Amino acid sequence: MSHRSDTERQSGIARKMLSYNKRQWTENVTGKVIATVCAALLIVVVLSITYFIASKGLSTFFVNGVSITEFLTQIKWDPEGEPAIYGVFPFILGSFLVTTLAALIAAPLGIGAAIFMVELFPNFGKKVLKPVIELLVGIPSVVYGYVGLTLLVPFIREQFDVLGFSLLAGGLVLALMILPTITSVAADSIAAVPQDLRNASLALGATRWQTIWNVVLHSSLPGCLTAIVLGMARAFGEALAVQMVIGNTTKLPGSLLDPISTLTSGITLNMGNTIQGTPYNNALWSMALLLLLMSFVFIMILRIIGRKGLVNK
Amino acid sequence: MTVSTLEETIIRTRDVSVYYGEKRAVSNINMDIKRNSVTAFIGPSGCGKSTLLRSMNRMNDLVPSCRVTGSITVDGTDINSPNVNIEGLRQVVGMVFQRANPFFKSIYENIAFAPRFHGLTDKRKLDEVVEESLRKAALWDEVKDRLRESALSLSGGQQQRLCIARAIAMQPTVLLLDEPASALDPISTMKIEELVMTLKDEYTIVIVTHNLHQAARVSEKTAFFLLGELVEYNDTSKMFTSPDHEKTEAYISGRFG
Repeated sequence: MSHRSDTERQSGIARKMLSYNKRQWTENVTGKVIATVCAALLIVVVLSITYFIASKGLSTFFVNGVSITEFLTQIKWDPEGEPAIYGVFPFILGSFLVTTLAALIAAPLGIGAAIFMVELFPNFGKKVLKPVIELLVGIPSVVYGYVGLTLLVPFIREQFDVLGFSLLAGGLVLALMILPTITSVAADSIAAVPQDLRNASLALGATRWQTIWNVVLHSSLPGCLTAIVLGMARAFGEALAVQMVIGNTTKLPGSLLDPISTLTSGITLNMGNTIQGTPYNNALWSMALLLLLMSFVFIMILRIIGRKGLVNK
Repeated sequence: MTVSTLEETIIRTRDVSVYYGEKRAVSNINMDIKRNSVTAFIGPSGCGKSTLLRSMNRMNDLVPSCRVTGSITVDGTDINSPNVNIEGLRQVVGMVFQRANPFFKSIYENIAFAPRFHGLTDKRKLDEVVEESLRKAALWDEVKDRLRESALSLSGGQQQRLCIARAIAMQPTVLLLDEPASALDPISTMKIEELVMTLKDEYTIVIVTHNLHQAARVSEKTAFFLLGELVEYNDTSKMFTSPDHEKTEAYISGRFG
């Protein structure tokens, strides 16, 4: 009797272990398939965009026979001249200058604001500052550009007796635009510094400020750098707001108050005048390729920061 | 106050109570802690021993709802008086925490941290302080060739001794150790205990511990806390053989807690 029930029990266990639940199996496979398809689609899209831009952008050099060195270093941009000259150096310089200027203004302000909202007044920071910053992130860039055009450009014109459309105006508008990004990313990384480290520093007789400066900021340095690079990447790629306030001349700027062009503004302003397949049109694609390469560079920098250890020696 | 420098007692608490909001975590503690001795605080979790310890260097100031009444004096000075410079107090009364918390810096920079802030800038003197502190913490031989490496590359036990060295580097008078070995393996724990016993020649040590054997091994005096009250404060040898209080005996023999 007991022998039979033993056998029954054993076969029950074996059945559980050896059989598959059909519904579980189907769900499992469907889930895997859906996720894989989504990922594959994403990869295909990215690769094909990259291929498209690269093939268009490179044909300037390989089909139209423009020299790469000249393209990058020529300071004259005259695509409709005879002969046409495709020098994008002023655009490249403009993009770098305006991005650097924006980062120089926004980085200290953003990190300062992050310290304020995390370390000094966490309640006020959480209740007031954080929503305000989120709101600022959501404002469309055309609005920033319009504000810059209406307030900043006339202001600079009156103050310095210049045109007003300038590198300075572009830098300030971009700084305002990337400030919230830098602030919120930096604030997150400052908040992630373990409380233990703050306690250790305070227990060693360091003041609040010494603790913030030497322990908190030091420990969150990779995060703050990430914040700045993210801001710079955004600034580098911004077209509309910048285009509205920088004047868009292809002359090299002599000072902060001179008008400039950027790669992005160059593309948006010129693309309406061109016909598909012409060298002029292809040159714009080459500029787009440069922008794409720059965003790869920014991503690489972020990766490197992320991988680098936290210790400074 | 010249007398007090010769006095046996370094920390004196009178009617000390600590509140978190409305809740009283520690009530009416009166105790005298002897200079250059090891005093152990024992008791079940939540009995207020860590809270009392943290009020001795005013780390409780960081908790907004926390309030301390009564008086705590260190070498005759009331540490809660408005004239006290809190950074100065924490230099005199150093603290090491339960979890080793080295800064994300090199071993050298961890030790040099406090002396730098307290005004030592001379490179050679700084080197001396770093070496001396690491020697006192019995860590020098293990790290002398890798002072520029990250402190995070050390083992857990080494990190905790680094934290002790870091506190020693500011030349404190008192060292508060809040369960310094509770997250460590037995060998690392033993090293910390040996260290505590050598350090008492120079510093007054107050150690909070859950490990009763540890209290018995390292301390001269033991204080037993229960529900925020100081039940018994006695010589360690007496406490672990014939305690005055029956609750102490019950706790030590493992009948509760």
